[in-house]
Amino acid sequence: MVTPPSPETRQSKVKLAVEGLTIRYGSESALRDVSLQIYEHEIFGVIGPANSGKTSFLKTINRMDVFNPNMHVEGTILFDGRDVRRWRNVYALRSRIGVVFPLPVGLPLSIYDNVALAPRLRGGQSSADLDVIVERCLTRAALWDEVKDRLDALGSLLSGGQQQRLTIARALSQDPDLLMLDEFSIAVDPVTTMRIEDVLKELRNEITIILVTNLVQQARRLADRTAFFLQGECVEIGATEDLFTGAVQDPRTRDYVEGKFG
Amino acid sequence: MFEATALNARNARIQTLFRLLFGLMTGLLILPVLIILTTLIHEGGSVISYDFLFTSPTDGMTAGGIFPALIGTIWLVAVALIISVPLGVAAAIYLSEYAPENWLTRAINLAIINLAGVPSIVHALFGVGAFVLFLNFGTSILAASLTLAVMTLPVVIVATRESLQAVPLAFREACWNMGATRWQTIRRVVLPNAVSGILTGVILEVSRTTGETAPIMFTGAVFFTPFLPQGVFDQTMAMSLHLFVVSTQVPGVPEQLPYGVALVLIGMVLTMNSLSIAFRMHLRGRKKW
Repeated sequence: MVTPPSPETRQSKVKLAVEGLTIRYGSESALRDVSLQIYEHEIFGVIGPANSGKTSFLKTINRMDVFNPNMHVEGTILFDGRDVRRWRNVYALRSRIGVVFPLPVGLPLSIYDNVALAPRLRGGQSSADLDVIVERCLTRAALWDEVKDRLDALGSLLSGGQQQRLTIARALSQDPDLLMLDEFSIAVDPVTTMRIEDVLKELRNEITIILVTNLVQQARRLADRTAFFLQGECVEIGATEDLFTGAVQDPRTRDYVEGKFG
Repeated sequence: MFEATALNARNARIQTLFRLLFGLMTGLLILPVLIILTTLIHEGGSVISYDFLFTSPTDGMTAGGIFPALIGTIWLVAVALIISVPLGVAAAIYLSEYAPENWLTRAINLAIINLAGVPSIVHALFGVGAFVLFLNFGTSILAASLTLAVMTLPVVIVATRESLQAVPLAFREACWNMGATRWQTIRRVVLPNAVSGILTGVILEVSRTTGETAPIMFTGAVFFTPFLPQGVFDQTMAMSLHLFVVSTQVPGVPEQLPYGVALVLIGMVLTMNSLSIAFRMHLRGRKKW
């Protein structure tokens, strides 16, 4: 296993600074007073059992919380130093953040159009540019070889695993600064998962990645630093290797990564 | 080991019984349609001819053809569609995609459902008051079509809203996550996948509009005119009213004539329905998800 470079050895600026983040659904809190920093060009892992507020956390970052009137957010999230809750143009914010959710969503458009959608929304791309973007993104998502001969087939009729890779390709087509993956490998077979993980390691040189995962070993393989969320509380943040070698502040972290509960 | 128990046998019997029952109900359902069609074809088929379709009524409506009524109905339906489809689709898009979930939206939805339940004769009186008199359109195609449009708007709105909501939320969220605005999402993903459902609503509207009599008889359709309408401010004959007239209002009409008129009216509706269904299937083409 390749040990990822620890953040100390890299000259990193803060990409995302979260301060006192609390998320409530009605009266029920999903996340309580979380503060953390994510550096540019790192893979930041978030582990924790179901219902720990991991997905809610991601939704607040790209302001998808506005679609749920029941969701109340307090605290600040600085993206490149700007408070996401004060961005006037949330569309511009979202277009810089690629998101992959656990359940694959192949839009009922052709495979080509699925991947070309984000560049088209942004505008200003020639069709030759689009061809290049589509091929690059599909290749990176480990899907190109399977679909290159039928790019005009419907994306929504691909198999679940293929649709998930299409979703990843679509997220990459946004040319994002930040990629948020929420348990992306649930619908993907292990071999493909490994291929995507390799891509993620490469992508680290270009973008920042938040990897929410149920698979603690996946966090260990990929993440530079990892946060452990438990029932809405951020129990621990540290260099991933420390979490897995027992150098932890909180015994619950050790129990979780060793599989004693969760 | 695999022998049927008493319970298995009983379940199988009940299953057979219910299948029969439901099948029978379906059979009963299409029976009236079959009876109507065969009667009309049997009684009215002999009346239909080139002259019947393409000449005006003569001899005090007891002979001649139905051409002005045929053309008039096409005018009425077309103008009503031009008014109600853009209006209804736009309203449905707003209600389904933009409107916040609050009491006002719920009240509007309720109002639309209630509008669908208003009897057509009440729409007719509304049309007389609002379009013929207040807006001073007189008895004209415009007034009649507006009345028809108001009457069929709920059908278009409800059908459009249902078909928009049949597009999974996940598709919208995927687009929003990419930074698409609501309108971009609607135009690129939601609408293309809702078109066939919207068309179903329009088909329903066409059928209903073609057959309606009450809303047009005070607002734009007339007993008899030998002239074809030249514009939306003209009065016109209409198939449905003509059927009513030759069936009940004029003495000495040959017995076959009303059947012929009814057959043409039903034929128009069925033709338009089949065309729309064919177009819809062409749009739908393949299963999308």
